[in-house]
Amino acid sequence: MANLQNLVAELKGLDDKLAKCMRCGTCQSVCPVFAETLKESDVTRGKLALLSNLANQLIDDPKAVREKLDRCLLCGSCQSACPSGVSILDIFMRAREIAGTYMGLSPIKKAIFRIMLCNPKLFSFLMIVGRPFMPIFMRDQKNAPHTACAPLMKPIMGDRCVPVMPKKTIRELYGDLDIPTGKSGIKVVFFPGCMGDKVYTNVTEACLKIFKHFGVGVRIPNNLACCGIPALASGDVKSFRTMMAHDVEILKDIEFDYIVTACSSCTETIGEFWKKYAVDTKYEADAKKIGAKAIDINKFLVEVLKVDLTPSQTSEAKTKITYHDSCHLLKSLGIAKQPRDLIKANGKMEFVEMKEADRCCGCGGSFTLTHYDLSRKIGQRKRNNIADSKADIVACGCPACMMQISNMLALNKDDVKVKHVVEIFADTLGE
Amino acid sequence: MQPIKEFEKIVGAGNVFSSLADRQTYAYDSAVLESVTPALVVRPTNTEQLGAIIALCYKLGMPMTVRGSGTNLSGGTVPDSPDSVVILTQGLNRILEINSSDLYAVVEPGVITAKFASAVAEKNLFYPPDPGSQAVSTIGGNIAENAGGLRGLKYGVTKDYVMGLEFYDHTGSLVKSGSRTVKCVTGYNLGGLMVASEGTLGIISKAILKLIPPPKASKAMMAVFKDVQNAADAVADIIAAHILPCTLEFMDNVTINMVEDDVKIGLPRDAQAILLIEVDGHPAQVADDAITVEAQLKKNNATEIVVARDAEEKNKIWEARRKALPALARRRPTIVLEDATVPRSKIPAMIQTVNEIAKKYDLLVGTFGHAGDGNLHPSILCDRRNKEEFARVEQAIDELFNRTIEMGGTLSGEHGIGTAKAKWLEKETTKATIEYSRRMRLAIDPKRLFNPSKMTSI
Repeated sequence: MANLQNLVAELKGLDDKLAKCMRCGTCQSVCPVFAETLKESDVTRGKLALLSNLANQLIDDPKAVREKLDRCLLCGSCQSACPSGVSILDIFMRAREIAGTYMGLSPIKKAIFRIMLCNPKLFSFLMIVGRPFMPIFMRDQKNAPHTACAPLMKPIMGDRCVPVMPKKTIRELYGDLDIPTGKSGIKVVFFPGCMGDKVYTNVTEACLKIFKHFGVGVRIPNNLACCGIPALASGDVKSFRTMMAHDVEILKDIEFDYIVTACSSCTETIGEFWKKYAVDTKYEADAKKIGAKAIDINKFLVEVLKVDLTPSQTSEAKTKITYHDSCHLLKSLGIAKQPRDLIKANGKMEFVEMKEADRCCGCGGSFTLTHYDLSRKIGQRKRNNIADSKADIVACGCPACMMQISNMLALNKDDVKVKHVVEIFADTLGE
Repeated sequence: MQPIKEFEKIVGAGNVFSSLADRQTYAYDSAVLESVTPALVVRPTNTEQLGAIIALCYKLGMPMTVRGSGTNLSGGTVPDSPDSVVILTQGLNRILEINSSDLYAVVEPGVITAKFASAVAEKNLFYPPDPGSQAVSTIGGNIAENAGGLRGLKYGVTKDYVMGLEFYDHTGSLVKSGSRTVKCVTGYNLGGLMVASEGTLGIISKAILKLIPPPKASKAMMAVFKDVQNAADAVADIIAAHILPCTLEFMDNVTINMVEDDVKIGLPRDAQAILLIEVDGHPAQVADDAITVEAQLKKNNATEIVVARDAEEKNKIWEARRKALPALARRRPTIVLEDATVPRSKIPAMIQTVNEIAKKYDLLVGTFGHAGDGNLHPSILCDRRNKEEFARVEQAIDELFNRTIEMGGTLSGEHGIGTAKAKWLEKETTKATIEYSRRMRLAIDPKRLFNPSKMTSI
């Protein structure tokens, strides 16, 4: 099989990186997937051994190896803990890319990435035409996590509780938004991301309220595409590059100081992956320039705007709140203190740490779609830690985590709200 | 009936792994050795299943390798042959009892060492053995290898905490030894025999472990030396002054420089040795001991002594030691982590030997380890894919072991013999020792199926 030979040849290119693993097994102590299954093929050491074997033709079943590789959240816990400093995420992303190239994508992923995410206008159109049908299928559960379930869709959706969809997307509300720079003298592009545009519009609204309060000029260009991370994580580099090119084309002619996101996965993608995958394309220079300006909203508020973090005065009874460290925010961007400080700046909140705050929630992007049972088990541990903290609100810095956590809380019938950190902070600013 | 089906009947379908991809992930451990892919992997979920699995392996004539987390550094958990069955203990991970009145705990073999230690600490008790792999290693594996750690000098090693064991023999029957009491002379000390037996005499199913009250206070300090001999003399003088530090760690010049390259915490690059010392016990005793230790360090020309005043400073001192293995491991693709151990007084000779060997075979070697008990870890940094270089590594290890034995030392302080060190065993002991061990093994394991190629192979 010519394809297998090519796949092997490409994997060989990872040999130097793979050889760094000293097989100490430390990854077992942090891997959320391994904790549930206790199977070596589910932990990094096992996956790296299989990749190495595939590259050295000790196993000729790339399908089986790919199945194992896909059982990973790309949370990066193993990389942070690895004593030998193996570039695990690099290896896994590249391996997924090689697998995607030579073995193809599942039809459903192909449809989502190539047809929907690569065509932002179509994506928005589908949202709008689909909306009238939503009430037929979706039942608002009127619960604290603010979710809806779809009993009629059970065969497709299972028992998932999804966020209640907003009436209008950010794009429908604002079109091409351009607010001039005020007293801060700073102009930002706000990149809402798919979730911030279509699902968690309240998070984007909270960011806009904060920008307005501090006189930050904001541009949200119309028709931005997805940042591309879902495609990249699934090894579909072609679609990823299409989305990147689409966005870079829009952004390259806009004047701005920072490109801010409220989604750590978007920040990492714009800051790191765009420039990495733009090398040797005509987008290289622009992607590099844009990437250097990418910043997470928590970091932007604390380090650029230097907002006042003194707790606001209030006579109201305090609400207990805890915080979940999103993997991309903590392990990729190193942001942990800033969101906690922003939460504590809200005098109405009493902050409590949950146990294992930095442990992955189990979402892992499309992992929760393709490996729902496993994702739920991992999510249940997060939910238990949240419940044990006795908090009324759990805050996080990434919409994907918010979706996963609200599903877990709703399934457990917990009376706990899920908020983005910016919503908690925006609340201190008055109207 | 096919073997797979027969094993599935015992442990259930989800606990027998037979695909090549799954089996290949149980073909290695942490030792730098060739992989051997087993025929099957079986994961019991209760200890009774262990007996049935052994009986079936015996019926089918399949060799067995018991595996906890697979962190072994001498190949003890690498399957013996492609016909082997790997028996996983990670599913047997319950802490059955922590008894605060009688100071013991009862655990299954797959309990993770660090999780156990922290569960014990929550009850304000102390389980001291702390092997480097404790975050992942299992208690069963610690017992089967007699794992050590940083606290060996004062608190001893795993064997000092095993009060009793239960294990399954080759017929699949349960054997019990020891008890929940401090004193127990009921029959042979079979539990003692199982310690360090590396899966060759039966399969451990339960352990009764001794716990002790935790020390109330501790103090950490770091001392820098221009000369390895001074550091070794300081170690000897500290012990001669009747102080047993709970940890007494050593880092050589190569390690110091690699740590400094990586984390830049201000270690002196020209130092030939750093000692990291911690004393613990009653607060008054700790204060006294710290003064004595400091005096001995000064007497032996320590060029710099840092005493931690609080938890944060203590953490900073230990940061250097924590970074030792990562700093070495990141330098080259392969790290061969040895644990040749010599009497304490021979540490300077050992360091000199390691440096001579490194030079002779043109290899990069960093040494760190447990100075208090003479258990050093000369770590050879290389690339095993480079055949010429790796041949030099093997020659260097040969010479290292020969010279360790000449110094009155031992092949392995805490990593075990497995297959990696089996060939030197007779040199340290006698031919009769090997034959005695083999006769014993054959009586216990007539079909030669318990990890047969390990230690004194049968």
